Amino acid sequence: MSDFKIDDSVDITDVVCPTTFVKAKVALEELDDGQILSIKLNDGEPVQNVPRSIKEEGHQILKLLDNGDGTYELIVKKVGD
Amino acid sequence: MAVNYAVLKKGGFMRQKQKNNFSLRLRVVGGNLTAVQLSKIAEVADKFGEGYVHLTSRQSVEIPFIKVDDIDDVKNALAKGDVEPGVCGPRVRTITACQGEAICPSGCIDTYALAKELDDRYFAKELPHKFKFGITGCQNNCLKAEENDVGIKGGIKVSWKESDCIGCGVCEKACRQGAITISDGKVSVDNSKCNFCGRCYKACPTEAWDTVHGYIVSFGGLFGNQINKGETVIPFVEDKETLLRICDAAIKFFEKNAKPSERFKFTIDRVGKEIFEKEILEAYNE
Repeated sequence: MSDFKIDDSVDITDVVCPTTFVKAKVALEELDDGQILSIKLNDGEPVQNVPRSIKEEGHQILKLLDNGDGTYELIVKKVGD
Repeated sequence: MAVNYAVLKKGGFMRQKQKNNFSLRLRVVGGNLTAVQLSKIAEVADKFGEGYVHLTSRQSVEIPFIKVDDIDDVKNALAKGDVEPGVCGPRVRTITACQGEAICPSGCIDTYALAKELDDRYFAKELPHKFKFGITGCQNNCLKAEENDVGIKGGIKVSWKESDCIGCGVCEKACRQGAITISDGKVSVDNSKCNFCGRCYKACPTEAWDTVHGYIVSFGGLFGNQINKGETVIPFVEDKETLLRICDAAIKFFEKNAKPSERFKFTIDRVGKEIFEKEILEAYNE
């Protein structure tokens, strides 16, 4: 799927804004500093807005991968404890 | 002594249906009031009005039911809380603004600083008819720039900074205009589609963009008896000095050409769009 070592993954395609970001944020809280989360998200508003919200939380976005089926995987490295 | 309604109106005192009662419009810039101002306004509304204020459609505050005999006392009381009366009638009105980049994550320009500057430059300037400025921080347009005689909208002009790019692909999706394409790790922006919203830059994990924060300016908006969306006739304005030159040119055109009680749009239409656009472009290119 990617060159990154994924520590955990979360699917936020079953919720809508703003719960998308909340669900991703909760998943990130479970991780330790430096661990990598893969977030599965829908096209449209989630892929437009969730990366920016995660950046504003201070985490590091590494890659956005197109699954080719209207969903994406956003690879995020957790910053902070 | 007869009451001079025109003078009172100029000074922000709006005649009410109720005889000898005035709704006093206050001077507000960019929608901000300090706690000290608010507290003084509350005190005056309680003492001289009927204990309430009205928030106007253009970010001002009016204190209704001020009695004609109390006008001087009211002005003096307000002055102690740094509050001044506003204006009505044929002149430059309240400069409205959203919270802009100082507060709002979407903001592209410092709307309040600009509102202060325009207020210092133009507030209450006498003209053939009312003249409204509105400043909005970004393409979300919370402040409805195009409703105003001159509307100013913040924007960000971007160019890709390859050295900082990690190739994550977020910008291509963050763009709502379909202006960004990525191929072979190269990001390209179709400038004919870019609307300067700045979403690519704001979403980018490494902010791999060179940016110019500037202005999209529209002219001739109105939203009263007649409705017209202000039109943009010049390219993206990249600096404040140019913006101010353009505002000066717009006001000068209105002052020189408008008939009494004629809104800016109708002056532009009557005199000729081409003539107006030429004058604005000259100010842009100066």
